[in-house]
Amino acid sequence: MLLSISWRNIWRNKVRSLVIIFSIALGIFAGVAATAFMKGLAEQRIQKVINTELSYIQIHKNGFRQNSDFKSYMPDAQNLASEIRAIPNVTGASQRIIVQSMIASAETASGVLIAGVDPAQESKVTNIHNRIIEGDYFEGIKKNPVVIGKKLAEKLNVKIKSKLVITLQDTANNVISGLFRVSGIYTSNNNVYDESHVFVRYNDLQRLSALPEGVAHEIAININDNENLQTVESSVNEIASGYEVLDWKSLSPEMNYLTEAMDLYMYIFIIIILLALLFGIINTMLMVVMERTKEIGMLMAIGMNKIRIFSMVVLESILLSLTGGVVGIIIGAAFSKWRETKPIDLSAWAQGYEQLGYDAYVYTNLEPVMLVNITILVIITGVIAALYPAYKALRNDPADALRME
Amino acid sequence: MNVIEIKDLVKIYNSSEVQVKAVNGITVNFEEGEFTAVVGPSGSGKTTFLNMLGGLDRPTSGSVKIGGTNVWDLSSRKLIDFRMNNIGFVFQSYNLIPVLTAGENVEFIMHLQGRPKKEREERTKEMLEAMGIGDRIKSRPAKLSGGQQQRVAVARALASKPEFILADEPTANLDSHSTTELLELMSQMNKKYNTTFIFATHDQRVMDKARRIITIEDGKILSDEKFER
Repeated sequence: MLLSISWRNIWRNKVRSLVIIFSIALGIFAGVAATAFMKGLAEQRIQKVINTELSYIQIHKNGFRQNSDFKSYMPDAQNLASEIRAIPNVTGASQRIIVQSMIASAETASGVLIAGVDPAQESKVTNIHNRIIEGDYFEGIKKNPVVIGKKLAEKLNVKIKSKLVITLQDTANNVISGLFRVSGIYTSNNNVYDESHVFVRYNDLQRLSALPEGVAHEIAININDNENLQTVESSVNEIASGYEVLDWKSLSPEMNYLTEAMDLYMYIFIIIILLALLFGIINTMLMVVMERTKEIGMLMAIGMNKIRIFSMVVLESILLSLTGGVVGIIIGAAFSKWRETKPIDLSAWAQGYEQLGYDAYVYTNLEPVMLVNITILVIITGVIAALYPAYKALRNDPADALRME
Repeated sequence: MNVIEIKDLVKIYNSSEVQVKAVNGITVNFEEGEFTAVVGPSGSGKTTFLNMLGGLDRPTSGSVKIGGTNVWDLSSRKLIDFRMNNIGFVFQSYNLIPVLTAGENVEFIMHLQGRPKKEREERTKEMLEAMGIGDRIKSRPAKLSGGQQQRVAVARALASKPEFILADEPTANLDSHSTTELLELMSQMNKKYNTTFIFATHDQRVMDKARRIITIEDGKILSDEKFER
């Protein structure tokens, strides 16, 4: 009955209640929509980094990531990669020769990281082959094709079929050069990456650098779902014992922090919204309690104890907050669902976003747990908002209240 | 048998400079089934007296014993429960819960008392029918006339099976016809359920119905008369 009284009390002053419900709904909608947007932005960034740059798991010889020593390769990489491809949920494993080198065009030169890859295997691990904007992925040029990023192509002022000279140190520390031709230009939407990462064929680089056959500095592994990461990682660890096996979270801790930080920012954002709404709810509830001084006095007189009076005020505040909150959550979730398939278009600011490695088209991403947490936060807000008004209600003296006419 | 025993009841209000003795040493008893009017001019202390009797206003000194319990010795929490289970209130301005229907208003105290749903529903129906408004059980107070609202208030007060009912100027806001009907119904309830009714009033029609009239002036009992009616 207390719940029923509290609910009906909300609608005694429809306009006032609707104003506060609308405010809460708007605030929560903004919070949910912003959360879905930011989460989508972060997830897309992470997914892109995994699909384009990192892959899910990488294997290196211990110390390679620290010193990038060309001699620090895995001699059994080819066999290792074959074994890894047989692990359930693994969709690809690509062995790479990695070398820091200079790349020079007729006009200028630039320091880059060159990856020698098997195009067929690499296509199963990263999606650079899908991001070619000019030319083809290692096709069209028979001898020594190279795939470079758009930003690097602009910097070196080269186009498809242009000549490039790659200079590096081989295992005997001899400086050697090779002539390559641009077969494809890609864009990963991350200018920093595009400017510094160059792909050549594994065989070409292996021949040029005089590395033994079948060796690699890095094995990049792709899996079908991030959910299976731990299982696959432990299987890889068994196969590649003695090597450093790292998942994307360890390879790029900042990406992992990005998700956590984004969640934290979103909660802070929502809490700020709720704090602003809190004062509106307190104000409404204070008016409610003051208007009903006599009624509360009567309820106390006929036997409603303080716990019930307190509960009645708190329930009313919770229901008021929750009504607005649920409306806001429903609209926010609907907005998010709609934008899951129809991305938010930020192409007007694409350049700025791409500089930072973010997509210009953002697909929203809203986790159900976020909605549950927002609902809990709304309820907590309702309770906090009711505390002072409820305290005022409890201070009513029934005899004094009933004297009011 | 005495339902209420009041001894040397005093209530002093301390304003900024002066002390006002609203009730000045009242000693009186009420028996079961009485239909009593406490009368007196405005400011005579009758409402204060009723409030102390009903456990709403703490006396400066003296005692109020209801069914052997000294109500002012009870903790404030126990006092609320005591009021709920032993005292029915009827107020001048009805004071129904506006968001509840007539039936729900009557049921409300029984709900607080924790009575079973079936009992609550049966007694609500019985009380409203006894007060002649059984057909308005689903109506909200705003849809009822003043007389009907006050009948709901009486039904609510009776529904909790109290030791006695305190009615503070229950007819003050009613027209003559409604007053007559209400008093008749209250009188019937008094006889049917043997519930003690104590009114604070200066309405002559209430005095005409009362079987005992206590006149208060300046916080003291001026006269205490009983009538056969």
